[in-house]
Amino acid sequence: MNSPSQRNYLMDQTQAPLFEALREFRKRRMVSFDVPGHKQGRGNKELTAFLGKDCLSVDVNAMKMLDSLIHPTGVIDQAQKLAADAFGADKSFFMVNGTTSAVQAMILSSCSPGDKIIMPRNVHRSAINALILSRAIPVYVNPSVNQALGIPLGMALEDVAAAIGEHPDAKAILVNNPTYYGVCADLVSIVKLAHDAGMRVLVDEAHGTHFYFSDALPVSGMDAGADMCAVSLHKTGGSLTQSSLLLLGPRMREECGYVRQIINLTQTTSASYLLMSSLDITRRTLVQDGFSIYRRVIEFADYARSEINQIGGYDAFGTEKCDGGAFFAFDLCKLPVHTRAMGLSGVEVYDLLRDDYDIQIEFGDLHNFLAILSVGDRPVGIERLIAALADIRLRYGGEAATDLINEYIKPSVAVTPAEAFYAPAESLPMADCEGRIASESVMCYPPGIPIVAPGERVTAEALEYIRYAKEKGSTMTGTEDPQVEHLYVMLE
Amino acid sequence: MELWFNEFQSADSKFSFRVRRQLFSRYSDFQHIQVLDTYEFGRVLVMDGFIMTSEKDEFIYHEMVTHVPLAVHPQVRKALIIGGGDGGTLRELCRYPDIEDIVMVEIDPLVVEVSRKYLPTLAVSFDDPRVTILHEDGLRYVRRCHDMFDLIIVDSTDPFGPGESLFTREFYSNCKHALKADGILVNQHEGPYYREDAEEASAIHRKTSSIFAHARVYQAHIPTYPAGHWLFGFMSDSWDPVADLDRERWEARGLETRYYNPDLHRGAFLLPTYVRRLLEEGEILDDVFVRAKDRDEDPEVDDHE
Repeated sequence: MNSPSQRNYLMDQTQAPLFEALREFRKRRMVSFDVPGHKQGRGNKELTAFLGKDCLSVDVNAMKMLDSLIHPTGVIDQAQKLAADAFGADKSFFMVNGTTSAVQAMILSSCSPGDKIIMPRNVHRSAINALILSRAIPVYVNPSVNQALGIPLGMALEDVAAAIGEHPDAKAILVNNPTYYGVCADLVSIVKLAHDAGMRVLVDEAHGTHFYFSDALPVSGMDAGADMCAVSLHKTGGSLTQSSLLLLGPRMREECGYVRQIINLTQTTSASYLLMSSLDITRRTLVQDGFSIYRRVIEFADYARSEINQIGGYDAFGTEKCDGGAFFAFDLCKLPVHTRAMGLSGVEVYDLLRDDYDIQIEFGDLHNFLAILSVGDRPVGIERLIAALADIRLRYGGEAATDLINEYIKPSVAVTPAEAFYAPAESLPMADCEGRIASESVMCYPPGIPIVAPGERVTAEALEYIRYAKEKGSTMTGTEDPQVEHLYVMLE
Repeated sequence: MELWFNEFQSADSKFSFRVRRQLFSRYSDFQHIQVLDTYEFGRVLVMDGFIMTSEKDEFIYHEMVTHVPLAVHPQVRKALIIGGGDGGTLRELCRYPDIEDIVMVEIDPLVVEVSRKYLPTLAVSFDDPRVTILHEDGLRYVRRCHDMFDLIIVDSTDPFGPGESLFTREFYSNCKHALKADGILVNQHEGPYYREDAEEASAIHRKTSSIFAHARVYQAHIPTYPAGHWLFGFMSDSWDPVADLDRERWEARGLETRYYNPDLHRGAFLLPTYVRRLLEEGEILDDVFVRAKDRDEDPEVDDHE
């Protein structure tokens, strides 16, 4: 296994073929009698004034010189090959419907209806939704929980081994690398266990782009030998929102065509060239400058951790919590902070930062909040965050909270997500749902990890969590009911 | 050849003066710094294209940020300047012999260097034994201080550049903790006339008045600043800037000034109605004034000469 800085690029990574083709296209001043109808912005003046002429002039349709994402043979094919090379993958696909579509493509191309897939329960809603689409059967591994922080960790190796032993017919294992909080499991060992048992390893790397461009960070999915990775280049890499990569490892070589068919089941046939060119440009930037960029990001985050910990009342935790097991490694670019010692919930700090200080962080849960650092951060922003936290402590800090509620609710699985989702159902007030089987999800968003997922029996513990999270001001979603007061449950 | 410097005071209006020659131009780690020798204003310090100060009218700004709080607070012993790299505020503070300690936190060392070399009438107090000059982030410095200063003066650039963090709630609030209980915070408060400045002035006032018992705004006429009209903020939990003005004590000091005097002190807090509305209700002049370009139809045009 190579470390990222020793990766030998096989292609000339200074190229950006899709970007260059778009520049060439712009120079040719083509007359378009195709879609999109705004025709390089001329047909929508207000939008052009807002987004800029340069932007609209390359918002174009697939054509010969610009290739086509549904069947790439030209510059998109080249750009995808360069991305695969950059990330140490055998093959890459540009995704324009978010990492959600990449996660769904991984599961749909690995599991047919009725196939089993091993996964931690603290996955993003996109994975649960993929189970509905694929009609796969989840085998949940309960993630370990750090009791002091109240957060779910990665999967412990012995739990993965046990799940494989009990379900040797499972087709794949899905791993978060890292979790939202920046926690990584022992991915290399999980890959070995899975491959020995003939199972694929699918890695949700929505928050792991930077792992490919630093030796100081946890191992990336491709470097660990995983088979498929969903990499959210837009989250920490700098490409446009909604653009993402699906990477395939060498064991998937024969499956590339099938994976593309799966992607094309749901992906748009009018893929945005703004999104795709942002992937091409970002890939080149990251290869050229990623290592120095993420070195600086890690310095910022380490500085912030040390300053925040000096304020008192906050625990900006990190690698010191690593235990060789379920908290195997930590993503240094994440800045999760535990707030319980000063009696505030993470959501409350999250709200104060936004409302009083104009500082938007990623999310707050009951006892922690999370700031994400990435390519775009600068010292002034870090200083503002630290100063605001110091001020919040002085204004609102109090006694340590004693009512620790775990972020992880152990699920009680009754039927598969697909069965529950498609079954006849009735809508009941949340409080009356205890013991019933949910046919939809409830979650705080962010982070978007279902508290109750379709097919699970609604427990008293889950209801208490939902009540408490609402009281603390978390944004809830997942249900058909926009107020999240009613839940659809299966008819009995 | 005639050389003219233009500053866009808003997107659609500019302020302009003739330049004899450019004496200095360099990019520091933080900003573009220029010194221009001009016919009308003497040497002018320009940062990122905006006039910071001129030899001819700098006295107005620097007197107004120092003498106003010092005529109110009876015993300023320890003072902090955030920014102020040209040295003008420091020069005025150093005229008070009973101030024992002055810390100046200027993020950009090049500003001080340039001032020493090109603005000798401002840079007279950098070597005063009471002065400590630090080159670091102002917000970072302030948040580490508790109960330390009698007076903090924020002599900063605009909020669109290295001074950005000095216009935030976290900055004002950390200043309050850095001040002693009866301390005073004075800041440059942007201008009331052009939209961008006015929106910022309104935002500053909203933030400071939620933090300090007294958050009062006063004004001065500064020819080289946008619209020639600039605002300052006076914040304190203990002192009212007008009721607690101690005229006799200040006059007994025998300080000679060119703009400030105790009568003007009172008058400076009397604001035009549109400025009051801006501060109290957030009403921006542009929103109530129908601009020519927004009129529905032109009157009959008669421009045949």
